[in-house]
Amino acid sequence: MFRYTLFTSFANRVTGLVLSLGLLVLVYWLMAVASGAAAYERAFGILSMPIFKLFYAVLLLTFSYHLVAGLRHLVWDTGRGLEREQSKRSAWIVGIVSVLLMIAFLYWAFCPGAHQS
Amino acid sequence: MSLRSPLGKVLGTGSAKEGVHHWWMQRLTSIALVPLTIWFVVSLLSLGSFEHVAVITWMAQSWTALLLVLFILVATWHSQLGVRVVVEDYVHGGSKTLTLVLITFIHAVVAAAGIFAVLKVAFGGAA
Repeated sequence: MFRYTLFTSFANRVTGLVLSLGLLVLVYWLMAVASGAAAYERAFGILSMPIFKLFYAVLLLTFSYHLVAGLRHLVWDTGRGLEREQSKRSAWIVGIVSVLLMIAFLYWAFCPGAHQS
Repeated sequence: MSLRSPLGKVLGTGSAKEGVHHWWMQRLTSIALVPLTIWFVVSLLSLGSFEHVAVITWMAQSWTALLLVLFILVATWHSQLGVRVVVEDYVHGGSKTLTLVLITFIHAVVAAAGIFAVLKVAFGGAA
């Protein structure tokens, strides 16, 4: 039986785990930057592979969700929005806002000329 | 009606007074990560070029280096707290402790390596 609470809670965990994996890639990139131009070229070749580009897209998706869902948790911590109807409504808001954020990030990251301002 | 056990009453023990620490750190790091992660993602997306020179020029700026160090520190901390809960919920038996030790060590290495790399670039060690 599908319950939205099950989905929102599980999604927050899964996106958190994916973002933790993202930290590993981030540190690999930072260490490459710190190791000088030649080492960076090699790492840049690896990090430019399609599988990594797909991962960056996934990271932007998961970040969008985890950020908005996390804000919902912080609001709950103040004791607000815990009624059943409010919680249902905020789940919808989280879904809609995070999808909008995902679209904006993906457009910015992958559409050439999106930041020519 | 009291919820305390008779033995607890006699010994005068209370809680270990540490139960709230994990929860509290999770919240503190969450709040800090809202501005830090937004800054980080927007910065990377507006970097334009990922050539070595461009990245170094960006990373060596004082505010960039400072915010990156904070971001890495708080993000790895938050990550460690979150992954720990997932392991505690889904890993059982003897491998649980081993997994928790590994998770903690990996996060410590990630945090140290990230901060070291940023400082090295910031102090001009990667040009």
